[in-house]
Amino acid sequence: MHISDMEYDKMVKKYSPNSPIFKNCLGAFFIGGAICTLGQGLINLYSYLGASKLDAATLTSVTLVFLSALLTGLGLYDDIAKVAGAGTLVPITGFANAVVSPALEFKAEGYVLGLGAKLFVISGPVIVYGACAAVLYGAIVFVMGLV
Amino acid sequence: MDYLKAFIVGGIICVIGQILIDKTKLTPARILVGYVVAGVVLGALGLYQPLVDFAGAGASVPLSGFGNLLAKGTLQAVQKDGLLGALTGPLTAGAAGITAAVLFGLLVALIFKPKDKS
Repeated sequence: MHISDMEYDKMVKKYSPNSPIFKNCLGAFFIGGAICTLGQGLINLYSYLGASKLDAATLTSVTLVFLSALLTGLGLYDDIAKVAGAGTLVPITGFANAVVSPALEFKAEGYVLGLGAKLFVISGPVIVYGACAAVLYGAIVFVMGLV
Repeated sequence: MDYLKAFIVGGIICVIGQILIDKTKLTPARILVGYVVAGVVLGALGLYQPLVDFAGAGASVPLSGFGNLLAKGTLQAVQKDGLLGALTGPLTAGAAGITAAVLFGLLVALIFKPKDKS
């Protein structure tokens, strides 16, 4: 059977929706893994330059946040995210993207209630629940320590 | 070797997120909140740090690693300052990441123009 490119495209379109999860997971695995590997490279670099273990990890987070913010500003992060799905969401670069993206989009609504407020539209809940879960943990440790 | 471990473990943590998105229709915001809280809980139980020790950035770069960092910082603060440490610990540990995101977020949003939705 001979099929033209156009017919082949049609067949691909027809059958690909049946297994998007596998394809999505593949994208998430490779791009998420690549971002973490870049992070490992940065940790090794900062450790090599003399940073302590904790400082190297912190500097790595800051560097990844910067790169993600820049790529988001250039409109490139969303292009990668289309292929990567959770691969660009779950790493800390996804957190930075979630800060920059709404801030940029809502700049037109003003610098205070537009940019300033929307900066926290997704990162706010992350900080609220993350910090409060940690406070709860700290309180439990304290109470248990007293007993 | 540490690169391979970071790649595989980091990749798997992201795949879990992808499966959650595809199977449960959780929004990205809920996924992020879930990862941080899961990181705090696993960190509190002492289960996450061994993964960081094994996989390095593969476990610390995903947002669950950020949660683990909050739990770790809180424990240290409570050990040092008592109950007050429970209040100061979490955001002290997360300060660099959060402040960097806010700072670069502001700068990028000021400098760049929103991309046209096409």
